[in-house]
Amino acid sequence: MSGGFWREAGRRLFANPGAVIALCSIAVLVVMALIGPWFNPNDIETLDWAHVATEPGLAHSHWFGTDRLGRDLFVRTLEGARVSFAVGLVASAVSLSIGLCYGAVAGYLGGRTDHVMMRLIEILSGLPLIFFVIFLTVIFGRNEYLLFLSIGAVGWLTMARIVRGQTLSIRRQEFIEAAVASGASTARIIFKHVVPNVVGPVIVYATLTVPQIILLESFLSFLGLGVQEPRASLGTLIAEGAGEMEAAPWILLAPGVFLAMLLLCLNVFGDGLRDAFDAKER
Amino acid sequence: MTPTLVIESLQVTYAVAGRSLAAVRDVSLAVSSRECLGIVGESGSGKTQVFMAAMGLLAKNARASGSARFDGQELLGLAPQALNRVRGSKLTMVFQDPMTSLTPHLKIGVQLAEVLVSHRELSWRDAKRAALQVLERVRVPEPQRRLQQYPHELSGGLRQRVMIGMSLLCEPKLLIADEPTSALDVTVQAQLIDLLDALRHELGMAIVLISHDLGVVAGLADRILVMYAGRVVENARASELLQRARHPYTALLLKCVPNLREARLERMPCLPGQAPSPAAAEPGCAFAPRCPRMTERCKAERPPLRDIHESAQVACHYPLFP
Amino acid sequence: MSEVLLEVRNLCVDFGALAALKDVSFDLRQGETLGLVGESGSGKSTLARAILRLIPAARGSVMWRGLDLLSCDAATLRRQRRDLQMVFQDPLASLNPRMTVGETLGEPLKIFEPALSSLERRARIDDMLERVGLTRTMADRYPHEFSGGQCQRIGIARAMMLRPKLLICDEPVSSLDVSIQGQIVNLLLDLQREFDTAMLFISHNLAVVRHLSHRVLVIYLGRLVEIAARDQLFAAPIHPYTRELLAAVPDPTRARAGTPMVADAKMAAGEQLPALDQVACGCAFRNRCAYAEPNCALSAPELEQVAAQHAVACHRRRELVYS
Repeated sequence: MSGGFWREAGRRLFANPGAVIALCSIAVLVVMALIGPWFNPNDIETLDWAHVATEPGLAHSHWFGTDRLGRDLFVRTLEGARVSFAVGLVASAVSLSIGLCYGAVAGYLGGRTDHVMMRLIEILSGLPLIFFVIFLTVIFGRNEYLLFLSIGAVGWLTMARIVRGQTLSIRRQEFIEAAVASGASTARIIFKHVVPNVVGPVIVYATLTVPQIILLESFLSFLGLGVQEPRASLGTLIAEGAGEMEAAPWILLAPGVFLAMLLLCLNVFGDGLRDAFDAKER
Repeated sequence: MTPTLVIESLQVTYAVAGRSLAAVRDVSLAVSSRECLGIVGESGSGKTQVFMAAMGLLAKNARASGSARFDGQELLGLAPQALNRVRGSKLTMVFQDPMTSLTPHLKIGVQLAEVLVSHRELSWRDAKRAALQVLERVRVPEPQRRLQQYPHELSGGLRQRVMIGMSLLCEPKLLIADEPTSALDVTVQAQLIDLLDALRHELGMAIVLISHDLGVVAGLADRILVMYAGRVVENARASELLQRARHPYTALLLKCVPNLREARLERMPCLPGQAPSPAAAEPGCAFAPRCPRMTERCKAERPPLRDIHESAQVACHYPLFP
Repeated sequence: MSEVLLEVRNLCVDFGALAALKDVSFDLRQGETLGLVGESGSGKSTLARAILRLIPAARGSVMWRGLDLLSCDAATLRRQRRDLQMVFQDPLASLNPRMTVGETLGEPLKIFEPALSSLERRARIDDMLERVGLTRTMADRYPHEFSGGQCQRIGIARAMMLRPKLLICDEPVSSLDVSIQGQIVNLLLDLQREFDTAMLFISHNLAVVRHLSHRVLVIYLGRLVEIAARDQLFAAPIHPYTRELLAAVPDPTRARAGTPMVADAKMAAGEQLPALDQVACGCAFRNRCAYAEPNCALSAPELEQVAAQHAVACHRRRELVYS
């Protein structure tokens, strides 16, 4: 599409040490989550009666320790991390796609169409998320994929607003006018001219919402609305761990540290991305 | 009489993507009070960089070497506080696009008064009165009304007058005008040039007028410096340069100045090709590729800037006049 | 006499309460270049955009080869656009920064000749690049890598890709160095000759307009005040505003004599836009006019023929013809 722009931004990004470290850390965490469990003989649901609520150690195979039921925390944490990554990616992708299209169309068309589309977003924003998710859960049951979709379906609202704002700022630029004068259809202008030019800040925002989405999933899981037993997500693990904080702190420690590190790295990387794109914008 | 501004062997280099690019190479000039020095060159010739270096306005990845003395005081390497005392008061600059030089959300009167309050420590009331006076001085119609307006409510020509007014507030010794008329209609250009002329006689200040248009500079300058690819290629009194341009580049620039009184030509005169970018490092004369009089010697050997007589210099192996 | 391609009749554009264009009418013929001169704020760019329906017009018609562009449906309008192209004032801003030069030039082909294979398209793009004085290798680069003059050549190449019948140029050289302006003007002249394209050339620079135009329109505050053949306009202008414009162009030979460059000390239009109520009735120019009489405040003059190919909107035109 526009290799030059990405290449420039990429160069700037990799010159930023903080962003590079953050990206590498995220990569490490992802790799750990993907292949880590293979190195460990345990699985996520086997109850090891011999090692109930054991502390982490290298002597036995429970490197992160076990929980109240004797389930290995290393494998459970990494599996939980997989779920969190999946939620982050899928929900971000959903909200990005819907938000991008919606916002670009509203921003470019303007007038009454824009007015109506924005009012719709405002109405949807007013609905409390929790009730919406509960409502869906009641109707469709506790389905993991449903969780992803419902988070994405909520996240697109802010994305659409951001895209619309960006679209408004480039709508009056001469190359858009030139495209109209060339005979391009409205659809062509929106998808070939508007979207590629707003995608920079939008991607940055998307990166910065991934932590929010993961936190939201953790929160919903904490409340019992998310992932079901015996599957775990970082949220459910933290929920368990919170209850055992005094007696067996390691149950909270592993997923908590993992989540904190993930969120920190995503935030730092997102900042780095914004600097990389902004500098080019200037 | 010591000249107001003396620049000697100025060099400005930029560090870009690991390489070192020279935007200005070995430029020397001087301008005295009541004198107007015109600097002519295409985009990329380095004409603006020379004065950005003198004013300490270069980008972070740029380095200036050489000397730039204003009223005897060396400006290069001057500490920011000392530089701020000189800049904006005795040494001022007016840029091409007044819309970006003026703060959009402040009224004109406030912006003008602010200069006086910070540089001359006047009270706001006195500053506002001085602002009104300066608007009258630059012949802005209905000055009282303009003080209450925002920059976007004024036309381009009026905004530029306001900018000139702002630069006059502290009675500068030198005003640098960088392409002040380039964004304006041709009819407004001449009026602004006349204004600058009147002001320099009234206030006894020196003016440096930078432009890509020799016609604009011809209307005001006493002396003209022509720059190409970061170097000075011709330096002479305006009357002499306009009658007998020695450097082929200058002669071509003169042909590009339109004159409605003459007969219409079939093709509009212009220079072929384009000016070299700072990255290009030719061994010979930088103008050789576009020069109608180019020879092998020109491609191999760079002509130095030499004196023709005591008030003219040219950098060419085969100048049009001896 | 060649065919009349464009007939603009009583075109009016309003920006809220402000009338940017009032009752503009003129014709444009095949292969002809019409120069449109006026200062900033006179409405010249507005006229260009109104003709192409890039901004809405309040009243009037724009007959393009028998079809009214202002009242036809969107699909028909889009189909006509292949013959109605525009070159913009800011060369870099008129190019999509995220598309390569090749993609930008290929877009008109994709829209209007979708049957072309990508090889055929590439051949057409390369051919056009060379015609405008650029090289084929530039097709894979991005606009920000080029100078102003080169970007404008790309803009012209894009406009000419489909061999339009009318090219509207909105101040195409105003943002370029004086030494480069001629390159673009000469290029436009060459292309016009080669493709027999009609042109509407808009500029505040009279010298440039003089080079290109067959006929010239002079516009002041949204109204056409004079239409004349080029030589006639520059040698013997009738309307007081045209005379003032010509006198205001700096004369380099005069400058060195030490006299002010501008003969007339009055401020140009762009400097002082009159308040709305002052020009609601009567001639818009009367406040600046050396020939104004009481009659001028009563009614706005219409454009009327005074000679072959010469029309003026002034109450005192008959006397001015002889002065």
